[in-house]
Amino acid sequence: MQAPLEFRPPAVPARPVFRARALTKVYVMGEVEVRALEPTDLDLWAEEMVVVLGPSGSGKSTLLNILGGLDVPTSGHVVFHDHDLSAADEAELTRFRREHVGFVFQFFNLLPSLTAAENVRLVTEIAERPMDPLEALGLVGLSERVDHFPAQLSGGEQQRVAIARAIAKRPDVLLCDEPTGSLDYETGKIVLDVLERVNRETGTLTVIVTHNAAIGALGDRILRLRDGRIVREERNAVRASPADIEW
Amino acid sequence: MRTLHLKVLRDAVHAKGQLTAILVLVACGVSVFVMLRSMHGYLRGGQERYYREYAFGDVFAHVTRAPLSLEPRVAAVEGVAAVYPRLVEDVLLDVPGLAEPATGRLVSLPDAGEPPLNRLALREGGLPSSGRRDQVVLSVAFARANGLRVGDRLGAILNGRLESLTVVGTALSPEFIYEISGYGQIFPDNRRFGALWMSRSAMETAFEMEGAFDDLVVDLSPGASEAGVIAALDRLLDPYGNAGAYGRDLHVSHEFLEGEIDETTITASFFPAVFLVVTAFLLHSTLLRIVRMEREQIGLMKAFGITPPALALHYLQLALIPVVLGSLVGAGLGLWMAEAMAVVYAQFFQFPEVGFTPDPGVVGVGLGIAMLTGVTGALGAAMSVTRLHPAVAMAPPAPPVFREGPLERTRLWRALSAEGRIIVRNLSRTRLKSLSTVAGIGLSLGILGALFSMFDAIDTIARVQFDGVQREDVAVYFHQTRSGNAEDALARMPGVLAVEPFRTVAVRFSHGPREERSVILGLDVDTKLRRMVDARSVVHRPTPDGVVLGALLARKLDAEPGDRVRMEVVEGRRRVHDVRVAGVIDELMGGGGYMEKAALHRMLGEGPTASGAWLRIDEAADAAVYEALKHSPSVAGIQVRELTIRGFRETIEQSFAIALGSTLVLGMALVMAIVYNQTRISLSERGRELASLRVLGFDRREVARMLLGEQAILVAAALPLGVLLGWFLTWLVIQRFESDLFSMPVVVTASTYVRAIAVVVVSAVLSGLLVRRRLDRLDLIAVLKTRE
Repeated sequence: MQAPLEFRPPAVPARPVFRARALTKVYVMGEVEVRALEPTDLDLWAEEMVVVLGPSGSGKSTLLNILGGLDVPTSGHVVFHDHDLSAADEAELTRFRREHVGFVFQFFNLLPSLTAAENVRLVTEIAERPMDPLEALGLVGLSERVDHFPAQLSGGEQQRVAIARAIAKRPDVLLCDEPTGSLDYETGKIVLDVLERVNRETGTLTVIVTHNAAIGALGDRILRLRDGRIVREERNAVRASPADIEW
Repeated sequence: MRTLHLKVLRDAVHAKGQLTAILVLVACGVSVFVMLRSMHGYLRGGQERYYREYAFGDVFAHVTRAPLSLEPRVAAVEGVAAVYPRLVEDVLLDVPGLAEPATGRLVSLPDAGEPPLNRLALREGGLPSSGRRDQVVLSVAFARANGLRVGDRLGAILNGRLESLTVVGTALSPEFIYEISGYGQIFPDNRRFGALWMSRSAMETAFEMEGAFDDLVVDLSPGASEAGVIAALDRLLDPYGNAGAYGRDLHVSHEFLEGEIDETTITASFFPAVFLVVTAFLLHSTLLRIVRMEREQIGLMKAFGITPPALALHYLQLALIPVVLGSLVGAGLGLWMAEAMAVVYAQFFQFPEVGFTPDPGVVGVGLGIAMLTGVTGALGAAMSVTRLHPAVAMAPPAPPVFREGPLERTRLWRALSAEGRIIVRNLSRTRLKSLSTVAGIGLSLGILGALFSMFDAIDTIARVQFDGVQREDVAVYFHQTRSGNAEDALARMPGVLAVEPFRTVAVRFSHGPREERSVILGLDVDTKLRRMVDARSVVHRPTPDGVVLGALLARKLDAEPGDRVRMEVVEGRRRVHDVRVAGVIDELMGGGGYMEKAALHRMLGEGPTASGAWLRIDEAADAAVYEALKHSPSVAGIQVRELTIRGFRETIEQSFAIALGSTLVLGMALVMAIVYNQTRISLSERGRELASLRVLGFDRREVARMLLGEQAILVAAALPLGVLLGWFLTWLVIQRFESDLFSMPVVVTASTYVRAIAVVVVSAVLSGLLVRRRLDRLDLIAVLKTRE
């Protein structure tokens, strides 16, 4: 038996949600070492919308995987509130993902055998203080389509179900990996609009990883990655509205 | 094309788990087929050759005493090719090293030359000299079981006198392939029963049978009517105490051998059929999955210009790899098991040649059937490759479509968790696959349950027979019915505590057009040592008014309680009686009719007489009793209850151990192969979905439950089906087993099925664990970046 983990977010955001120091990741593939992440320092704060920009191979997905508890760094530390993720074992990481992280994937990853409402319910059933699944679907504007199976929904609708599923557990962080990557322009903008609104209305720290530079305008902060390093950090004084951006 | 071949091999290595499961099934099916068909050929071939070379008769008759002058009249009967009148007497033997007396069936040999029918296959030594009543040839099995060799001596009571016999040779005979006495025996007891041969002139003097015969072997000419000859023989022999002529079908040795050969035919079809059908089903679903996963590659290869037939052949080759390997393994295994079985058969059936030679025809047919199964199973999936358009093939497949079923409007559904809904929807989407899986697992359970039930049936027979029916310590059979004081002599023997004489009489029953040879056993109403007990252990009593029939006999006669049957006594004055069927008893062994002894005496117009007696003896004094019996001139044979029970158990253990072991292996292999392959296919189809769930925070156990829960439900659904199938198979097998000597009860006990279910569940869990190891190694990161 392992002791239950306590991740209690502080009342005042005096400290960051994530604090990463000297984070590195090296993949050993056969005899080749791939340095996916060079020593990186990073703080992410509650209520922020952060856009991580970079070309493929820049290390942005590696960073997201480590923040999301899917992977552990080769060296350095990443601390979520008080908890050191870099020292966590697999069971602890699973628990961390279950209780604190909402994921949105490029390919939606919905369960084809469950309806929209059931896909959300799947996660609310294992969460501590979840939203009502219908409320979450209402937040993404899908109240009318709750009983549809994924095969009966468009790509944009599927991604909105995925967002509803991610936020229904009231996560501490919403991690979005290329959320518009497999959507057309218009649909992509609708999805971004939903993400922006969710961040604004629920105050959930939202990290969007993308290679689409236009999306950077939506963030409070932009982190640009290249060759495994954060090469630049920018702040937007005013966040753009998805309706205003173009690519 | 050589590169494509390389791809076949690599793909095979990649799917090695699933292909190995298919290989195992093919190997099981082919090995059982090759083993049983080989045994069938071995037994049938051995039997035919043996019967031909040693001139086994076609029709047999036994009389009390008939003059040899009757021989030309028998030979003149239309359809009779050869007649061999001879002497056959049962005698008590005093075998060195054996406490209790053994029974010998003494058969006469011509003083010069070989017998024209039922010839001997001499194995050691020579034939007895003419007129020497101290020289005998022993049956090989009896000699071997008692450690007797040429030159050894044993005692025998010949017509009341104890004489010393010298073994001059050992031999086999086509009429003693299955060497049993018929005194309530089912299995050979080679220590206590065996055949002996002595010169005719010596036997004539010993039994005062000069110029007479009491046993007749007849050979039919080709195309002769057996029934016609039997009827003609009966007419000729009836004045001489004819017990009724009969054909090979009622010859006890032939009947048992035929039963065994028949059984190999049925098992050789049933078991391989089950395995090959399951193989085809698994090949179909496995290959279909591989083709779906390789859609892009298939599109690519088509785009390169590889022709659709070449591609279909490519996938067919992949499917046939486990089939070919499995058949080769199975054929080798089957031949090896056949060789081992031949040794086991040699203990039951006395054949001149024990050597087993593989039959290339059987192996060829086995391989052919397996290939046919493989092609049948794989063809659908392989052909689907040809229909795939290159452009469509390279695009991702359409997502699986799920729809709401009628179940989803029920209250139960609303109570179901999302996890439960996933399982139910997946099962109902792949309904045919789910049903096939349930059927396959159900069949495995059925086979196991049926086999275990055989043991229950045998236990029941042993319990009813040895605790309920046969309560004597020793059964004594007289040469001839003895009147008056026969039991007094037995009662006076030291160590004998109680004696109950019984009367048996051979009769011919007829009811309407049906006719059956049988035996009536006359019992005292208050008999204690031998009772009439039915399959449910209910004790019945003989009645003075009418005959109680064994259920098998009643069925053959189509007679019910209250009917009147015609009963011709096949001894003495051969009187015919019209008797009422007072009852029908559903007994397990036996199968004749019963009457109250006094009533039987009255009907036969005789005073108190006995055909034998049941004894209760003082256990401490058994040696004295046996010694006294060995010197009793009137005793033809004895049966010791303890030894019968021991023999019964030993034979069952030996012969069923093989059946038990192999069926256990086969049943487990079936369940494991089905569950493993179906789970692997589900894992491959749903790997991405399950990995997504892991990313969303479901732990390994929860994800495993979603995948394995599906299989668990299928296994659970298969259990009631399996129990029903098991009951049906048991019933089917028991119908086949039923013979004149015994019938088997259909016993279905909870503990038997608990054991069978345990085997199925353990096999399924083992397969589940094998797959679970893979589930734990799911790549969580890949699913975020790839689409199916």
